[in-house]
Amino acid sequence: MLEHFDKAFENRIRLQVMAILAANERYDFNALKELLEVTDGNLASHLKALEKAGYIEVIKAFVGRKTNTSYRATDQGKKAFAKHLETLAELIQNQKP
Amino acid sequence: MNHEQLQSELISIRHLMERSSKFISLNGLSGVLAGCYALVGAALGYREVYGFSSGVGYRDHYVNEAEVLVRVVGIALAVLALSIGTGVWLSVRKARRQGHRIWNVASRGLLKAMGIPLVTGGLLIVVQLVKGQYGFVAPACLVFYGLALVAAAQYTYRDVRGLGLLQIALGLLAAWLPGYGIVFWSLGFGVLHVLYGIVMYLKYDRRAA
Repeated sequence: MLEHFDKAFENRIRLQVMAILAANERYDFNALKELLEVTDGNLASHLKALEKAGYIEVIKAFVGRKTNTSYRATDQGKKAFAKHLETLAELIQNQKP
Repeated sequence: MNHEQLQSELISIRHLMERSSKFISLNGLSGVLAGCYALVGAALGYREVYGFSSGVGYRDHYVNEAEVLVRVVGIALAVLALSIGTGVWLSVRKARRQGHRIWNVASRGLLKAMGIPLVTGGLLIVVQLVKGQYGFVAPACLVFYGLALVAAAQYTYRDVRGLGLLQIALGLLAAWLPGYGIVFWSLGFGVLHVLYGIVMYLKYDRRAA
């Protein structure tokens, strides 16, 4: 049954990132880091993977001289996430004792 | 994954979605206390304006006496400061207990959303006071505070939206019935805060406390 799950969401942090971006218009790197309590490198690699899958996109903006990197879920990403939640809910339904 | 694991996984995802976008450290008790401060403030303000000994239809003072006005505004500002102070303090406490951060995307969004209607309303009230037009001060307080709550509801518990709509309705009624400003003000900032505070405390805080 698990083969229906999206490979991109196999990792827990990736799934969590997707959940946050599905619930918000955009979210910046530092806010993601604080909320998920992960290291910079760890988070960056998962964001890269989601970006490669076409599920999120990067928005770079300047705040003064510093760059502020935030992320937004693409339509494709939102759909994939919704489908993943559905699959999860179905599994729960089917497994009901 | 077994049934329980799947279920807890789904719940944790939903919780994360809520936590990332909503300010859930708001404590119902702050509403109750803010309501109490407002009622005490309204009583003190009433005494300033109408005096002790007055019977029906007789006033010791009027709002347009400068000294009375200063004292009434002072009481209102004290109520405001106490309410905000209590709200922040209780929210910080709740956030700490739950291991959340107080300063996050949701709390920033909340303040930004409330900022515009509150500052606009505040300035409008200052203009009214300076120009000596006291009739619409209470309605303006209620209407702009209500608008701020409706805007804020997007970033916190949805119940706040209902509270905001009721404040707006009271404000409009107050504008319709001049002279009863203090009554509507007490109902809105006092009674409604206490009622909503109790409902929200029972709904969200009791199990967490």
